[in-house]
Amino acid sequence: MERRTLLGRLSWQLGEVVATRPETARTKSITLDLPGWRGHRAGQHVDVRLTAEDGYRAERSYSIASPPEEAPRVTLTVERLDDGEVSPYLTEELRVGDKLELRGPIGGYFVWEAEMGGPLLLVAGGSGIVPLMAMLRHRAAAESTVATRLLYSSRSLEEVIYRDELDRLVKRSAMLAVAQTLTRAQPPGWTGYSRRIDLQMLREVAWPVAQRPLTFVCGPTPFVETAAAILVELGHEPARIKTERFGPTGEKHDGE
Amino acid sequence: MMENKLDGNAAAGNLEEIFPFEMTLAQATCAGCGAHDVIGAAGAYMHGMGTIIRCNRCDAALIRVAHIRGHYLLDMRGVSVLQMKEG
Repeated sequence: MERRTLLGRLSWQLGEVVATRPETARTKSITLDLPGWRGHRAGQHVDVRLTAEDGYRAERSYSIASPPEEAPRVTLTVERLDDGEVSPYLTEELRVGDKLELRGPIGGYFVWEAEMGGPLLLVAGGSGIVPLMAMLRHRAAAESTVATRLLYSSRSLEEVIYRDELDRLVKRSAMLAVAQTLTRAQPPGWTGYSRRIDLQMLREVAWPVAQRPLTFVCGPTPFVETAAAILVELGHEPARIKTERFGPTGEKHDGE
Repeated sequence: MMENKLDGNAAAGNLEEIFPFEMTLAQATCAGCGAHDVIGAAGAYMHGMGTIIRCNRCDAALIRVAHIRGHYLLDMRGVSVLQMKEG
Protein backbone atom coordinates (compact mmCIF):
# COMPACT_ATOMS: atom_id res chain seq x y z
CA MET A 1 0.00 0.00 0.00
CA GLU A 2 1.18 3.45 -0.83
CA ARG A 3 2.16 5.54 2.14
CA ARG A 4 3.32 9.05 2.62
CA THR A 5 7.04 8.55 2.88
CA LEU A 6 8.06 12.16 2.57
CA LEU A 7 4.92 13.87 3.68
CA GLY A 8 5.24 17.51 2.75
CA ARG A 9 2.65 19.87 4.05
CA LEU A 10 -0.92 19.01 3.39
CA SER A 11 -2.30 20.71 0.35
CA TRP A 12 -5.82 21.25 -0.91
CA GLN A 13 -6.97 19.34 -3.96
CA LEU A 14 -10.12 19.28 -6.04
CA GLY A 15 -12.23 16.16 -6.38
CA GLU A 16 -15.09 15.64 -8.78
CA VAL A 17 -18.33 14.21 -7.45
CA VAL A 18 -19.00 10.99 -9.40
CA ALA A 19 -21.87 9.60 -7.34
CA THR A 20 -24.15 10.48 -4.44
CA ARG A 21 -26.32 8.09 -2.51
CA PRO A 22 -28.75 8.74 0.33
CA GLU A 23 -28.01 6.37 3.22
CA THR A 24 -30.70 7.54 5.65
CA ALA A 25 -32.98 10.59 5.82
CA ARG A 26 -30.11 12.60 7.29
CA THR A 27 -27.00 11.05 5.79
CA LYS A 28 -25.64 10.89 2.30
CA SER A 29 -22.60 9.23 0.75
CA ILE A 30 -20.60 11.28 -1.71
CA THR A 31 -18.09 9.56 -3.98
CA LEU A 32 -15.28 11.69 -5.38
CA ASP A 33 -12.74 11.03 -8.06
CA LEU A 34 -9.36 12.35 -6.87
CA PRO A 35 -6.72 11.99 -9.59
CA GLY A 36 -3.91 13.12 -7.25
CA TRP A 37 -4.92 10.86 -4.36
CA ARG A 38 -1.93 9.23 -2.62
CA GLY A 39 -3.99 6.45 -1.09
CA HIS A 40 -5.34 6.20 2.42
CA ARG A 41 -5.77 3.79 5.30
CA ALA A 42 -9.07 2.74 6.83
CA GLY A 43 -10.02 5.14 9.61
CA GLN A 44 -8.44 8.28 8.16
CA HIS A 45 -10.34 11.46 7.38
CA VAL A 46 -10.23 14.47 5.10
CA ASP A 47 -10.84 18.15 5.71
CA VAL A 48 -13.41 19.66 3.33
CA ARG A 49 -13.34 23.39 2.60
CA LEU A 50 -16.13 25.49 1.15
CA THR A 51 -15.46 29.01 -0.07
CA ALA A 52 -18.32 31.47 -0.56
CA GLU A 53 -18.29 34.12 -3.28
CA ASP A 54 -17.28 36.77 -0.74
CA GLY A 55 -14.26 34.71 0.31
CA TYR A 56 -15.76 33.38 3.54
CA ARG A 57 -14.50 29.90 4.21
CA ALA A 58 -15.75 27.04 6.32
CA GLU A 59 -13.83 23.85 6.97
CA ARG A 60 -14.94 20.52 8.42
CA SER A 61 -13.44 17.07 8.93
CA TYR A 62 -15.20 14.03 7.47
CA SER A 63 -14.23 10.40 7.83
CA ILE A 64 -13.53 8.37 4.74
CA ALA A 65 -16.09 5.55 4.40
CA SER A 66 -14.51 3.74 1.47
CA PRO A 67 -11.65 1.26 1.72
CA PRO A 68 -8.15 1.97 0.37
CA GLU A 69 -8.83 -0.60 -2.34
CA GLU A 70 -11.21 1.82 -4.10
CA ALA A 71 -8.65 4.63 -4.51
CA PRO A 72 -8.45 7.02 -6.33
CA ARG A 73 -12.15 7.09 -5.61
CA VAL A 74 -12.99 8.19 -2.11
CA THR A 75 -16.41 8.09 -0.49
CA LEU A 76 -17.44 10.29 2.43
CA THR A 77 -20.66 9.77 4.35
CA VAL A 78 -21.95 13.05 5.69
CA GLU A 79 -24.65 13.61 8.30
CA ARG A 80 -26.74 16.74 7.85
CA LEU A 81 -26.65 19.02 10.88
CA ASP A 82 -29.54 21.43 10.57
CA ASP A 83 -27.59 24.40 11.86
CA GLY A 84 -24.41 23.37 10.06
CA GLU A 85 -22.52 25.54 7.62
CA VAL A 86 -21.08 22.76 5.53
CA SER A 87 -23.14 19.58 5.89
CA PRO A 88 -26.43 21.02 4.49
CA TYR A 89 -24.54 22.01 1.33
CA LEU A 90 -22.85 18.61 1.03
CA THR A 91 -26.04 16.62 1.61
CA GLU A 92 -28.53 18.77 -0.31
CA GLU A 93 -26.82 21.00 -2.86
CA LEU A 94 -23.84 19.05 -4.13
CA ARG A 95 -24.46 17.27 -7.45
CA VAL A 96 -22.62 14.77 -9.64
CA GLY A 97 -20.10 16.70 -11.72
CA ASP A 98 -19.51 19.36 -9.04
CA LYS A 99 -16.02 19.92 -7.68
CA LEU A 100 -15.18 19.76 -4.00
CA GLU A 101 -12.05 21.07 -2.31
CA LEU A 102 -10.43 18.80 0.25
CA ARG A 103 -7.14 17.79 1.79
CA GLY A 104 -5.98 14.49 3.17
CA PRO A 105 -5.74 11.75 4.04
CA ILE A 106 -5.23 12.84 7.64
CA GLY A 107 -4.48 10.72 10.68
CA GLY A 108 -2.36 7.72 11.55
CA TYR A 109 -3.72 7.06 15.02
CA PHE A 110 -7.30 5.93 14.45
CA VAL A 111 -6.35 3.49 11.71
CA TRP A 112 -6.77 -0.24 11.20
CA GLU A 113 -5.13 -2.34 8.54
CA ALA A 114 -5.66 -6.07 8.04
CA GLU A 115 -2.07 -6.88 9.03
CA MET A 116 -2.62 -5.29 12.45
CA GLY A 117 -4.71 -8.35 13.29
CA GLY A 118 -7.20 -8.57 16.12
CA PRO A 119 -9.52 -9.66 17.46
CA LEU A 120 -11.14 -6.43 16.47
CA LEU A 121 -13.84 -4.65 18.44
CA LEU A 122 -15.61 -1.75 16.76
CA VAL A 123 -18.04 0.40 18.75
CA ALA A 124 -20.08 2.98 16.85
CA GLY A 125 -22.59 5.59 17.92
CA GLY A 126 -24.69 7.11 15.11
CA SER A 127 -22.60 8.45 12.25
CA GLY A 128 -19.52 7.28 14.16
CA ILE A 129 -19.99 4.14 12.08
CA VAL A 130 -18.35 5.85 9.07
CA PRO A 131 -14.61 5.30 9.75
CA LEU A 132 -15.42 1.86 11.21
CA MET A 133 -17.23 0.99 7.97
CA ALA A 134 -14.03 1.83 6.09
CA MET A 135 -12.31 -0.76 8.33
CA LEU A 136 -15.02 -3.37 7.67
CA ARG A 137 -14.91 -2.70 3.93
CA HIS A 138 -11.12 -2.93 3.96
CA ARG A 139 -11.34 -6.16 5.95
CA ALA A 140 -13.67 -7.60 3.28
CA ALA A 141 -11.67 -6.28 0.32
CA ALA A 142 -8.43 -7.67 1.78
CA GLU A 143 -10.20 -11.00 2.45
CA SER A 144 -9.09 -10.75 6.04
CA THR A 145 -10.35 -13.37 8.48
CA VAL A 146 -9.56 -11.30 11.58
CA ALA A 147 -12.29 -12.05 14.13
CA THR A 148 -14.37 -8.88 14.36
CA ARG A 149 -17.31 -7.66 16.38
CA LEU A 150 -19.23 -4.45 15.80
CA LEU A 151 -21.52 -2.90 18.38
CA TYR A 152 -23.55 -0.18 16.69
CA SER A 153 -25.91 2.15 18.53
CA SER A 154 -28.58 4.12 16.63
CA ARG A 155 -31.72 5.91 17.71
CA SER A 156 -34.03 3.93 15.41
CA LEU A 157 -33.85 1.39 12.61
CA GLU A 158 -34.42 4.16 10.02
CA GLU A 159 -31.25 5.86 11.25
CA VAL A 160 -29.02 2.80 10.84
CA ILE A 161 -26.47 3.71 8.18
CA TYR A 162 -25.26 0.92 5.80
CA ARG A 163 -27.95 -1.45 7.13
CA ASP A 164 -28.15 -3.75 4.08
CA GLU A 165 -24.41 -3.76 3.51
CA LEU A 166 -23.75 -4.74 7.13
CA ASP A 167 -26.15 -7.67 6.70
CA ARG A 168 -24.31 -8.74 3.55
CA LEU A 169 -20.90 -8.47 5.22
CA VAL A 170 -22.08 -10.64 8.12
CA LYS A 171 -23.43 -13.28 5.70
CA ARG A 172 -20.14 -13.26 3.84
CA SER A 173 -17.83 -13.68 6.81
CA ALA A 174 -18.26 -16.22 9.57
CA MET A 175 -15.69 -14.25 11.57
CA LEU A 176 -17.78 -11.07 11.67
CA ALA A 177 -20.61 -10.43 14.14
CA VAL A 178 -22.73 -7.30 14.39
CA ALA A 179 -24.76 -6.39 17.49
CA GLN A 180 -27.09 -3.45 17.28
CA THR A 181 -28.89 -1.36 19.83
CA LEU A 182 -31.77 1.00 19.05
CA THR A 183 -32.05 3.54 21.82
CA ARG A 184 -35.31 5.38 21.05
CA ALA A 185 -37.61 3.30 18.87
CA GLN A 186 -37.62 -0.39 18.03
CA PRO A 187 -39.64 -2.07 15.29
CA PRO A 188 -42.00 -4.94 16.22
CA GLY A 189 -40.07 -8.15 16.70
CA TRP A 190 -36.73 -6.37 17.26
CA THR A 191 -34.24 -8.86 18.67
CA GLY A 192 -31.30 -6.52 19.26
CA TYR A 193 -30.63 -4.33 22.29
CA SER A 194 -33.06 -1.52 23.12
CA ARG A 195 -31.06 0.79 25.39
CA ARG A 196 -28.00 2.99 25.52
CA ILE A 197 -24.72 1.17 25.72
CA ASP A 198 -23.84 0.06 29.23
CA LEU A 199 -21.51 -2.22 31.10
CA GLN A 200 -23.66 -5.32 30.70
CA MET A 201 -23.94 -4.81 26.93
CA LEU A 202 -20.22 -4.29 26.47
CA ARG A 203 -19.49 -7.26 28.70
CA GLU A 204 -21.61 -9.39 26.36
CA VAL A 205 -20.27 -8.01 23.09
CA ALA A 206 -16.63 -7.10 23.77
CA TRP A 207 -14.09 -9.88 23.58
CA PRO A 208 -12.84 -11.47 26.79
CA VAL A 209 -10.10 -9.28 28.25
CA ALA A 210 -7.59 -12.11 27.92
CA GLN A 211 -7.95 -12.01 24.13
CA ARG A 212 -6.63 -8.43 24.13
CA PRO A 213 -8.89 -7.03 21.41
CA LEU A 214 -7.88 -4.01 19.40
CA THR A 215 -10.71 -1.57 19.93
CA PHE A 216 -11.92 1.44 17.94
CA VAL A 217 -14.71 3.59 19.35
CA CYS A 218 -16.28 6.38 17.32
CA GLY A 219 -19.32 8.54 17.97
CA PRO A 220 -20.45 11.70 19.71
CA THR A 221 -18.20 12.76 22.60
CA PRO A 222 -20.42 11.49 25.49
CA PHE A 223 -20.91 8.15 23.73
CA VAL A 224 -17.19 7.69 23.18
CA GLU A 225 -16.29 8.64 26.74
CA THR A 226 -18.91 6.29 28.18
CA ALA A 227 -17.85 3.36 26.02
CA ALA A 228 -14.12 3.88 26.64
CA ALA A 229 -14.61 4.22 30.41
CA ILE A 230 -16.67 1.02 30.55
CA LEU A 231 -14.12 -0.92 28.51
CA VAL A 232 -11.36 0.19 30.88
CA GLU A 233 -13.57 -0.74 33.85
CA LEU A 234 -14.02 -4.20 32.32
CA GLY A 235 -10.24 -4.52 32.33
CA HIS A 236 -9.32 -3.79 28.71
CA GLU A 237 -5.96 -2.11 28.18
CA PRO A 238 -6.38 1.64 27.60
CA ALA A 239 -3.54 1.59 25.08
CA ARG A 240 -5.51 -0.79 22.86
CA ILE A 241 -8.66 1.36 22.91
CA LYS A 242 -8.57 4.07 20.26
CA THR A 243 -11.26 6.70 20.21
CA GLU A 244 -12.48 9.27 17.76
CA ARG A 245 -14.94 11.85 18.96
CA PHE A 246 -17.37 12.96 16.35
CA GLY A 247 -18.89 16.36 16.25
CA PRO A 248 -19.07 19.62 14.43
CA THR A 249 -15.69 21.29 14.32
CA GLY A 250 -15.93 25.03 14.76
CA GLU A 251 -16.19 27.44 11.92
CA LYS A 252 -13.02 28.88 10.61
CA HIS A 253 -12.72 32.39 9.28
CA ASP A 254 -10.08 33.17 6.76
CA GLY A 255 -9.69 36.79 5.96
CA GLU A 256 -7.31 36.30 3.08
CA MET B 1 -19.53 29.87 22.61
CA MET B 2 -20.23 26.19 23.11
CA GLU B 3 -17.05 24.23 22.81
CA ASN B 4 -17.21 20.72 21.57
CA LYS B 5 -14.51 18.39 22.79
CA LEU B 6 -12.99 16.45 19.95
CA ASP B 7 -9.62 14.81 19.76
CA GLY B 8 -6.33 15.42 18.11
CA ASN B 9 -7.47 13.51 15.03
CA ALA B 10 -9.75 16.40 14.12
CA ALA B 11 -7.01 18.98 14.66
CA ALA B 12 -4.34 17.15 12.65
CA GLY B 13 -5.21 18.93 9.40
CA ASN B 14 -4.53 22.30 11.02
CA LEU B 15 -1.23 21.10 12.47
CA GLU B 16 -0.16 19.55 9.17
CA GLU B 17 -0.50 22.95 7.51
CA ILE B 18 2.54 23.84 9.62
CA PHE B 19 4.41 20.60 10.32
CA PRO B 20 5.37 18.28 7.45
CA PHE B 21 4.68 15.16 9.54
CA GLU B 22 1.79 12.88 10.34
CA MET B 23 0.67 14.68 13.48
CA THR B 24 -1.82 12.30 15.12
CA LEU B 25 1.11 10.04 16.03
CA ALA B 26 3.36 12.90 17.18
CA GLN B 27 4.13 12.51 20.91
CA ALA B 28 3.63 15.52 23.15
CA THR B 29 5.01 15.72 26.68
CA CYS B 30 2.88 17.97 28.88
CA ALA B 31 4.93 20.75 30.46
CA GLY B 32 2.47 20.78 33.36
CA CYS B 33 2.11 17.18 34.54
CA GLY B 34 4.71 15.34 32.48
CA ALA B 35 2.21 12.97 30.84
CA HIS B 36 3.10 12.01 27.30
CA ASP B 37 0.72 10.76 24.70
CA VAL B 38 0.11 10.98 20.99
CA ILE B 39 -1.70 14.05 19.69
CA GLY B 40 -4.42 11.80 18.25
CA ALA B 41 -5.40 10.77 21.78
CA ALA B 42 -5.31 14.28 23.26
CA GLY B 43 -8.40 16.44 23.61
CA ALA B 44 -9.03 19.13 21.02
CA TYR B 45 -11.33 22.14 21.14
CA MET B 46 -11.92 23.80 17.80
CA HIS B 47 -13.77 27.03 17.25
CA GLY B 48 -13.61 30.20 15.21
CA MET B 49 -10.63 31.61 17.10
CA GLY B 50 -8.49 28.55 16.48
CA THR B 51 -7.73 25.18 17.96
CA ILE B 52 -6.57 24.20 21.44
CA ILE B 53 -5.10 20.78 22.10
CA ARG B 54 -5.30 19.74 25.72
CA CYS B 55 -3.54 17.16 27.89
CA ASN B 56 -5.73 14.13 28.48
CA ARG B 57 -4.49 13.78 32.04
CA CYS B 58 -4.44 17.32 33.49
CA ASP B 59 -6.38 19.25 30.83
CA ALA B 60 -3.65 21.91 30.48
CA ALA B 61 -3.45 23.56 27.06
CA LEU B 62 -0.61 21.87 25.17
CA ILE B 63 -0.82 23.65 21.84
CA ARG B 64 -2.82 26.61 20.67
CA VAL B 65 -2.91 27.22 16.95
CA ALA B 66 -4.64 29.91 14.94
CA HIS B 67 -4.50 30.97 11.30
CA ILE B 68 -5.35 34.62 10.89
CA ARG B 69 -4.95 36.74 7.77
CA GLY B 70 -2.18 34.66 6.29
CA HIS B 71 -0.28 34.16 9.55
CA TYR B 72 0.01 31.09 11.71
CA LEU B 73 0.09 31.73 15.46
CA LEU B 74 1.41 28.83 17.46
CA ASP B 75 1.58 28.87 21.27
CA MET B 76 3.35 25.76 22.53
CA ARG B 77 4.13 26.75 26.11
CA GLY B 78 2.26 23.68 27.34
CA VAL B 79 4.55 21.19 25.61
CA SER B 80 8.01 20.44 26.92
CA VAL B 81 8.90 18.01 24.11
CA LEU B 82 7.16 17.39 20.81
CA GLN B 83 8.41 14.26 19.10
CA MET B 84 7.59 13.64 15.44
CA LYS B 85 8.43 10.61 13.37
CA GLU B 86 10.07 10.98 9.97
CA GLY B 87 8.28 9.45 7.02
